[in-house]
Amino acid sequence: MSNPTTELRAAPEAGPEEKPAPLRRRLVARGDGAWPWLFILPTVFGITVFYLWPIIQTFYYSFTKWGVFGGAKFIGLDNYVRLFSDSSIPQSLLNTIIYTLIVLMGIPIAVVLSALMESPGLKFAGFYRTLYFIPYITMPAAVGIVWRLVFNGDFGPINWFLSLLGIEGPYWTSTPGFALAAVATVGLWMSLGFNLIIIGAGLREIPQEIYEAAEMDGASRLRQFFSITVPLLTPSIFFVSVVTVISGFQLFDLLYVMMGKANLAMPQTQSLVYIFYNHAFLENDKGYAAAVGILILLIIAALTAVQFRVQRKWVNYV
Amino acid sequence: MSDSAIRAGRRVKRGRNAIAHVVLGGGGLLMIAPLIYQVIMSISTNAEVQSIPPTFWPSEVQWHNFADVFTVMNFGSSLRVSVLITMLRVVGQVILCSLAGYAFARMRFRGRGAILAVILSILMVPGQLFLIPQFQIVQNLGWLNTIAGIVAPGLFSAFGVFLMRQFFMGLPDELEDAARLDGANPFQIFSKIMMPLAANGLWALAIITVLWSWNDLLWPLVIASTQDAAPLSVGLANLQGEHANNYPILMAASLMAMAPILILFIAMQKKVMAGIGRSGLK
Repeated sequence: MSNPTTELRAAPEAGPEEKPAPLRRRLVARGDGAWPWLFILPTVFGITVFYLWPIIQTFYYSFTKWGVFGGAKFIGLDNYVRLFSDSSIPQSLLNTIIYTLIVLMGIPIAVVLSALMESPGLKFAGFYRTLYFIPYITMPAAVGIVWRLVFNGDFGPINWFLSLLGIEGPYWTSTPGFALAAVATVGLWMSLGFNLIIIGAGLREIPQEIYEAAEMDGASRLRQFFSITVPLLTPSIFFVSVVTVISGFQLFDLLYVMMGKANLAMPQTQSLVYIFYNHAFLENDKGYAAAVGILILLIIAALTAVQFRVQRKWVNYV
Repeated sequence: MSDSAIRAGRRVKRGRNAIAHVVLGGGGLLMIAPLIYQVIMSISTNAEVQSIPPTFWPSEVQWHNFADVFTVMNFGSSLRVSVLITMLRVVGQVILCSLAGYAFARMRFRGRGAILAVILSILMVPGQLFLIPQFQIVQNLGWLNTIAGIVAPGLFSAFGVFLMRQFFMGLPDELEDAARLDGANPFQIFSKIMMPLAANGLWALAIITVLWSWNDLLWPLVIASTQDAAPLSVGLANLQGEHANNYPILMAASLMAMAPILILFIAMQKKVMAGIGRSGLK
């Protein structure tokens, strides 16, 4: 995410200046007059109204308290002080972290599956790709309903399967702890298709000659996987892990549909975004909700910065 | 290489691929098992859904479950809302993002870098930060529970601008120069020459927008809560709240809500995968 900005400053200048063609220079120097402004005007307007100004407003709201009949009163840092004394915040942060960690396990799974899928001469590879891709394009609100039934404590297929093994399954979606595990399982299931697309694309970029050379040197397939595939895939792995962490901290849809507002296990299971939604739109406590939103922003920014810093230690750019 | 060595090599390859088939096939079955289960339960009776051990095929196929969906929720109007908001957003984003993306990639004007940097900074901000003020704007415009209200913010996309800019940056200069010499104005160059060349980028943008628009829950949940105004995602969430134990109907409704995108995207799978892959471009 820091890439685009650095590249954006360098790239536009590099093109025209390097070329010796005087004609081109004249064309460029003339500029485009008012045209560019016509091109960007609608976007600049929409982005300012619906995105930039709201950020500033939300920041301001986070210092206010909302009355029952509307109207916001400035209360300084009270909402932020409240964040620290609100025990649901660390709980939801922990929930969000556990959820994200479980969904992150989809990445090593995707690396192995991808490596198998790209085996030379594998039949039905396209068919397999379709199977793994389907969950990714399903609607969370729709599959959440399905998974709630799959995890049903009384007659869901998962508990029936567990009963065959002599295990008495829990009431998944209404028991704290199990509920989060169930939601995260679905999160992993849904994200696998995306991971496979990105990692598969990374895999196809690895030159076949490297494997051929390794084969001649007598490297086993397992050795090739760990010494060639995994190291050369680290840029893709890095990208999907950044995306997974960011979207993990956005957990809402699955939680909302699989558990429901009235679920008694919700306080122990809710995510930061759910707390935001609850305060902003169910309890009309928009000032505090804004502070929760700012907290989410800070956490995501910090985590992304850490990931970019740590990447130097493990990501190999060729 | 001797004959036996080749044969041995083939045997190894076949052995390897057998493992691949077992792992990929087993995993693939797990991936679609919930959906197969959903299909079967959507044509079962509620008693069959709740029986222990589970019945794996209904004694009589209950096709009427799909028709019943229309009586328990306003499926027709939700479908209409979902289709409309998705189409409007795709059209809006394709036009607006490619115009802006083209200007940022190919035109020179003062403040270009700074404006682009401000737009891109939005990409790092989580959606919740926009939600309360966006809600107020829509409320003040009197657009709650309307298509316009659901669609408005999603007509614009910082991500889309970035995606299209990256695409236009990668196209060659020559055609543009030739058209300019022929006296074409910048809009003609953009619409007649550059847009057709950016087809792949436009596909990627359209695909991402369809997926996001069709599946999004939080924003329409806040903006369009009434039965008539709710898109399918909200309609399903409401249905689940009202008929939590009518499982066959829930399964049928959920299947009907997902089916259009599933069918469309599986049919265009290659394009969709390439588009999603491209959207993750650096």
